[in-house]
Amino acid sequence: MTAAQSQPIAIINARLLDPASDYDGPGAVLIENGRIVEVIHGQATQRPEGVQIIDAEGRCLAPGLIDIRVKTGEPGNEPKETLKSASLSAAAGGVTTIVVQPDTDPAIDDPALIDHIQRRGAALDLVHVRAAGAATQARDGERMAEIGLMHEAGALYFTDGDRVIRNTRTLQRVMSYAASFNALIACRPTEPWLSEGAVATSGELATRLGLSGAPAIAERIQLERDLALVEQTGARFLIDQISTEGALETLARARARGLEVAASASINHLCFNEIDIGDYRTFYRLDPPLRAESDRQALVEAVRDGLIDVITSAHCPEPAENKRRPFAEAEPGAVGLETLLPAALTLHHEYGVDLLDVLRPMTQGPAALLGLEAGELSQGAPADLVLFDAGAPVVVDAATLRSKSKNSPFDGRRLQGKVLLTVVSGRIVHDAR
Amino acid sequence: MTHAAPVTDLIKERLTPFPRDHFLAAGDLHPPAALALLDLADAFVDFNRQSAKGVDLMRGQTVVNLFFENSTRTSSSFEIAAKRLGADVVTMPVASSSVKKGETLIDTAVTLNAMKPEILVVRHASSGAVDLLSQKVGCAVVNAGDGRHEHPTQALLDLLSLRRAFGDVGGLTVAICGDIAHSRVARSNVALLQMMGARVRLIGPPTLVPGDADRWGCEVFHDMKEGLAGCDVVMMLRLQLERMAGALIPSTREYFRFWGLDREKLAWAAPGAKVMHPGPMNRGVEIDSDVADDLSVSLIQDQVEMGVAARMAVLAALAHRRAGGAA
Repeated sequence: MTAAQSQPIAIINARLLDPASDYDGPGAVLIENGRIVEVIHGQATQRPEGVQIIDAEGRCLAPGLIDIRVKTGEPGNEPKETLKSASLSAAAGGVTTIVVQPDTDPAIDDPALIDHIQRRGAALDLVHVRAAGAATQARDGERMAEIGLMHEAGALYFTDGDRVIRNTRTLQRVMSYAASFNALIACRPTEPWLSEGAVATSGELATRLGLSGAPAIAERIQLERDLALVEQTGARFLIDQISTEGALETLARARARGLEVAASASINHLCFNEIDIGDYRTFYRLDPPLRAESDRQALVEAVRDGLIDVITSAHCPEPAENKRRPFAEAEPGAVGLETLLPAALTLHHEYGVDLLDVLRPMTQGPAALLGLEAGELSQGAPADLVLFDAGAPVVVDAATLRSKSKNSPFDGRRLQGKVLLTVVSGRIVHDAR
Repeated sequence: MTHAAPVTDLIKERLTPFPRDHFLAAGDLHPPAALALLDLADAFVDFNRQSAKGVDLMRGQTVVNLFFENSTRTSSSFEIAAKRLGADVVTMPVASSSVKKGETLIDTAVTLNAMKPEILVVRHASSGAVDLLSQKVGCAVVNAGDGRHEHPTQALLDLLSLRRAFGDVGGLTVAICGDIAHSRVARSNVALLQMMGARVRLIGPPTLVPGDADRWGCEVFHDMKEGLAGCDVVMMLRLQLERMAGALIPSTREYFRFWGLDREKLAWAAPGAKVMHPGPMNRGVEIDSDVADDLSVSLIQDQVEMGVAARMAVLAALAHRRAGGAA
């Protein structure tokens, strides 16, 4: 980023929201050379000279969001999404760092590809683009990928994405090998046999609709396996997209025993439940499938209680031709970068979750997990910021999304929260004031 | 039709518009609408027994049978029904052509829609596919079976057969037996039978009966003797061998031993109980020929005959609605 040349900016009269310091109150931030040089709590008494002043008019100023689960189509499937369209989408959503998933074509399983993604992302000069590496070569679930070299090249964590590493021995080796680099491994807890061919969660609704369902317990069963391996190998581990009440109980028990594992939840599973697939609307065909309302509520409570470390958009672009099919034949997934913040704010507006607790799993949480120097409003931190109006009503119109694919389950929904300004390394990359 | 008979006064009198634009699920009906269709179908049954069966209720209209999944019985039943109403019928067996599934569904629908048919009759292997298609076309759509979701005209013809055999369906206890989990016939029948006041029981091995079927308001049994006790109707389902992704039952002979309907098991039902099967039957797997072919207990032949009449009623009512017929 060419932040060094940018003019100093002062954002004043803001409501600062900084989960890292637990500060929610009036304040101002001074930005210079791509970094935060001063954070003032309370009313600023004087206006600095030679500085671009942005009056926040009491709106919320928070660290830019960090979204650790973003799929693009680059390389290999550019009609779905490019790094550029994803970056534009991120900027519009107040997301200042994206971590792209390795399930591209070819898979990102090689240090050169990690480097490639980072360079391509940096050249766009929009948001920070980082990558997760595949845990196994070509994500085949059998041969370990070059975890050490990719780690060195800047891969933030290792995962086979939506593919489950079925072979327990392979996962055990991946975990113990990765532990020597202190590298983070992420796995989807999905028991593959119970989930084979499933497009919904087993239950009365799936049965009535005639859709193949996987029982919710498939998540808990696989999680128990993964956690047993974590215990044995001492790996750093992220449970990718936990979505059921049963698995949350397993997680809580493991934490109570002192096991250090992180867990993420997708925004979709916090906002929707299985009833949403009722009319076979394929925008709600997700993986993991949408769950029962009791699962969704348990997930909301898990965010409130801090059991969830990371909320992701689970951004998964699919063009119309992959979605305009019968439900079971449609590709799973939903775009979410641009709707992440207003969707997450429903936890605050509807369930009274404290704003700092809503923002923490999208700022400080992922930053701490991935060792990123971001996600906080503090002196010396990178000037990655989002200014938003937490109460502004919006009606989501998928057609206006910057993503190349418009498969948003929020299409037509009324949300509250509008991103006004996104700043990355001290530079304004999105301005909707 | 060369021997077009005049529309009988009875048919004219009983013809009321279909309650919805499409017939996608049993739930598209309500009790008065179902009764009206049954009354109309009854008139068609008598009509179909004449030698000259043509009426011109749908003259000049086009019905397209679009079958993405192979079916001889259902597609011929619809074809005959439409022809007897005087419509022009095109039957497209898409399953046997080289179209790739799903991708072309919308394309096919849009293409056919441009040819302006009045009614599309659709069967598809994927649940919800007919729903999806109905959203993309301007004509009326009849679901002739979508995946394991619904097969509403089957439920209507079953209801017609039962009403003719028992006089009234209300108060009957109907046992639906076998592969409930993969059966669209079961789903449509549960909905329609309950709507018309029948009590429905589901009987089958736990691997073939959905765990939450009790939430449909049905009693669930895994034992035939217990489940059949006091039943007026035993509706057997085809064991969908081709749909079994895994081993849901150990063998067909073990299945027959415990859940196949033979004389001995039928004797556990109420005296005078009737046997039904949507066909095609796996003889010796879910039903013994001895029972299936005994016309004193089996309604299976009737079901086929009622199929044409029930589908004539559905097509005529849909066409009537499109023509702006008064309710």
